[in-house]
Amino acid sequence: MPLLSPTDLEAIALTLRLAAVTTVILFLVGTPIAWWLARTRSRWKGPVRAVVALPLVLPPSVLGFYLLVTMGPNGPVGWLTQTLGIGLLPFTFWGLVVGSVLYSLPFMVQPVQNAFEAIGERPLEAAATLRASPLDRFFTVALPLALPGFVTAGILSFAHTVGEFGVVLMIGGNIPGETRVASVQIYDYVEALEYADAHRLSAVLLVFSFVVLLALYAGRPDGKRG
Amino acid sequence: MSNIRPLILTAGILATGGVGSAAAGEAQIAVAANFAAPMKAIIDLFEADTGHTVKASYGSTGKLYAQITNGAPFEALLAADQRRPELLEEDGAAVDGSRFTYAIGALVLWSAQADTVQDGPALLASGTFNKLSIANPKLAPYGEASMQTLEALDLTAAITPKLVMGENIAQTYQFVDTGNADIGFVALSQVMAGGEITKGSGWIVPGELHEPIRQDAVILTRGKDDPAVTALFDYLRGDQAQGVIRSFGYATD
Repeated sequence: MPLLSPTDLEAIALTLRLAAVTTVILFLVGTPIAWWLARTRSRWKGPVRAVVALPLVLPPSVLGFYLLVTMGPNGPVGWLTQTLGIGLLPFTFWGLVVGSVLYSLPFMVQPVQNAFEAIGERPLEAAATLRASPLDRFFTVALPLALPGFVTAGILSFAHTVGEFGVVLMIGGNIPGETRVASVQIYDYVEALEYADAHRLSAVLLVFSFVVLLALYAGRPDGKRG
Repeated sequence: MSNIRPLILTAGILATGGVGSAAAGEAQIAVAANFAAPMKAIIDLFEADTGHTVKASYGSTGKLYAQITNGAPFEALLAADQRRPELLEEDGAAVDGSRFTYAIGALVLWSAQADTVQDGPALLASGTFNKLSIANPKLAPYGEASMQTLEALDLTAAITPKLVMGENIAQTYQFVDTGNADIGFVALSQVMAGGEITKGSGWIVPGELHEPIRQDAVILTRGKDDPAVTALFDYLRGDQAQGVIRSFGYATD
């Protein structure tokens, strides 16, 4: 008997694709937010930080419920996507991406923000005296110095998306190859009393999660940077 | 060490809560999601009539079964099928002779919009809807009955690309109610009260298109000597409860 069935492999492939796409988008969306939060003295800093951290605190059921309603045909996001001709996002891969980006946002923003803050003003000021433009300073000074933070953020965002369950359950609709990720597949097995299958796939996820965290911590023994 | 203290405190609260509730004539039961609405109505009547209280947990039968076999503190199960209560009997987790069919479910093709569902089979055949929401047939009897209905109408292959699945019938309803799926096969009990469909539009699936959805209740070993549970089961068989059950669109034996 093979270790994993074709449906399991499909679910795992989908999970990895979702996590990869989400992480790439989070790099693009999270970096400017983290940069702004690290540099700004605006009175909006507190509220924005709080909003970014919300998914850490909110139950996935709340996030999933709001997403289902706002992305539905009667919600503002649903109205927008329909007007743009994209259709509705629930029950689609891209709907899950939207949910995952929101759900994993703090895992991207917080490590990157910490890394940017750790750089301090001096390297950037020094670059400025050498007539580096703001954009130049960001790409040639800040980004390389904050690289460890980016690595941490990327790994955490990816792993956290792999571990996502509640939001996907609420907006996914359990469609094979489209929204049935590994965590949902395991849930199905448990509910259907197919405990042997549940054990197999759970073990795969357990080993995967351990290896990811091991890579994260072993690669950085002090565990404090980033 | 200091972070152990909240754990001990929590455990203490849980323990005292458990002891207190057992002494108060309280039935702690697990109920299939499709039966949530009638059960709430029945519990209100039962509590007023008998003075007992009922603490009900609602969920899919598969999940409730898994919880029961792993030590959940339920004293009775009102399942959405016959299989799981039978399994519990075989496992020795249920009280012999306590199992009975408390309701026979009906399926409805439903839309949250008025007028969308007129002629159910014609609508299904036309394909003029974005998604058809059904309960996961692997997990939920209503999902199984939905697939049997599609099979009987010879539409399985045509409709499969449009299927979205809720993990239980409550989520299936939610997908339709929020408008994310145009139509769905839900339990008649979810959209019917007082003998009529109260919201949207629906086509009640004729019983001959699928196997009867017989829903069995069973007393679990934990509830064996609890008078509140025995009273509740007597009450469920009584005229008043059976009347409530029928008013939500179920048939009764």
